[in-house]
Amino acid sequence: MERRDRVKNDKTKVGALAGGATARNGFDRRTLLRAGVFAAGIAGIGSGIAQAAESIGADAPEWMKAPGRSFSTYGVPSKWQEKVQRVIAFPPGRPGTGSSRTPLHLLEGTITPNGLHFERHHNGVPDIDPSRHELVIHGLVKRPLAFSVETIMRYPMESQIHFVECSGNSGSFNQPEPQQTTAGGLNGLLSCSEWTGVRLATLLGEAEVTREAKWVVAEGGDAAAMSRSVPLEKCLDDAMIALYQNGEAIRPEQGYPMRLLLPGFEGNMNVKWLRRLKVMDQPVNARDETAHYTELMPNGKARQYMFLQGVKSAIIKPSFGMNMKGPGSYEVSGLAWSGSGRISKVEVSADGGKSWAVAALTAPVLSKALTRFRLAWQWDGRPSTLMSRATDEKGEVQPTRSAWVSQYSPVQFYHFNGIQGWRIEADGTVKHVYV
Amino acid sequence: MFMFRIFLPATALCLISSVCEAQHPNLGRPLTPEEISKLDITVAPDGSGLPAGSGSVSAGANVYSEKCQSCHGARGQGGPQDQLTGGVGTIASEKPVKTPVSYWPSATTIFDYVRRAMPLQSPQSLTNDEVYAVTAYILSIDKIVPEDAVLDAKSLPQVKMPNRDGFVRWWPVPKR
Repeated sequence: MERRDRVKNDKTKVGALAGGATARNGFDRRTLLRAGVFAAGIAGIGSGIAQAAESIGADAPEWMKAPGRSFSTYGVPSKWQEKVQRVIAFPPGRPGTGSSRTPLHLLEGTITPNGLHFERHHNGVPDIDPSRHELVIHGLVKRPLAFSVETIMRYPMESQIHFVECSGNSGSFNQPEPQQTTAGGLNGLLSCSEWTGVRLATLLGEAEVTREAKWVVAEGGDAAAMSRSVPLEKCLDDAMIALYQNGEAIRPEQGYPMRLLLPGFEGNMNVKWLRRLKVMDQPVNARDETAHYTELMPNGKARQYMFLQGVKSAIIKPSFGMNMKGPGSYEVSGLAWSGSGRISKVEVSADGGKSWAVAALTAPVLSKALTRFRLAWQWDGRPSTLMSRATDEKGEVQPTRSAWVSQYSPVQFYHFNGIQGWRIEADGTVKHVYV
Repeated sequence: MFMFRIFLPATALCLISSVCEAQHPNLGRPLTPEEISKLDITVAPDGSGLPAGSGSVSAGANVYSEKCQSCHGARGQGGPQDQLTGGVGTIASEKPVKTPVSYWPSATTIFDYVRRAMPLQSPQSLTNDEVYAVTAYILSIDKIVPEDAVLDAKSLPQVKMPNRDGFVRWWPVPKR
């Protein structure tokens, strides 16, 4: 299938492909071969034979010649990785409001380490004592109920891998000029975790929603008591009361002791520090669903309650700050995701969209989760423009930036999912460009 | 479902019912109406959830200068934090100025948000009367309510916001 797509995409180079050479744009559908490893290994033999009077330690690095550190109760990354930190592009105007971003350009795979999950807070991170926290369900229900943390832990749990993306992610793409910053700086209000918890439908089933019920207003237990209206059908579908993130209790920045997880819906609705769910017959025009997270169009009307995160992708490697080390073999890789389901295809172009090659998707390809795509690329040293275009299982295709921008008012920046581009200059510099 | 049941032997029925109980442990603590009324701070556009109490524009001006102005500037014109007033009529222009007054569709949102989240350094400290009053003051600056307005659970939902018809529901997602 992959091969057929590749060939279909590049009919002129069928012969070259069959011979194993690189195709147009330098893309090769196979992953890069580690051809150099063997030769280097062989060359090593015979070059360092120790003399009988010498210990082998003479040529060993110091960490092989003395015992290492002892055990630790909670491990931390290598000191050589200390620059791998969340990106805080704009200093917040006051303590505890604003956001920090996942450094996507410094990570690999699809799962975000818990300490690097993006943050968006409205009045700081509360330090909630779980023994004093309850989740309350009331409103249009037959039995209003309160669940302690200890109680919820006794319910049947499930685990799901899902991304959470702030709908303000990639918001700078509404600006007339491309922002020269890293892939994480541009797109890092995006993270992906394995979430474990209890299906919300189970708890709503016990409270028994009435016939008039249509919406559920979720409220956080932070100093903003952040609240959002959620359609009841989502709450009865795949919504989860998440208690664990990548195997450990959810971090305070992500809603300890529990958060609402609405797979594929805009990040803000995944209410953290969840304390109350009011079942209603109407949405409430909460501040964050009127002042923010509405889509103003040029005619002055705004789309409201636009919840789904659109199909989207971004090339992470190479990207701004990762300049090329001369012509030769590179792997182009990036992330693709959709709030509507699985990613079905990611295409990559190196000539500004004139031709496209189909990238390999790294398994597992999961619904409403980050998917890693990869493609071997032979860079010939000439200026090139790299772009990626994702399609999801519903057939939705990532739009161009100009198509996205033309739908909205100039001040609109929520839900940007347009195609992104990186310009590789002849000297190897990588610049952010609009394509 | 009925058809399915009659073919099952009695032992299988027991097994299934114990599984069903495990899926629904029913461990929630029933809540009394008194407990709910203390927790429920949600105010809807139709006014449901608004508490007793009231506040005038003039009382609100005092609350504002004491507790809001240092962040939101004189008469809500903004700085260092969000602009709260002005911008009415700009939403369809090239340079829309989105403020609670120019953009938000319902006045109840101002009450709901101020009561739950403001002032930033001491949220949930204002009395219900103070929240009604400061809402009235903010709305009076652009003459959305008159200078002598007194807002309460009855009058607040009646306030007509300039952009009340400015929103198009995008859920369920419209078919293309």
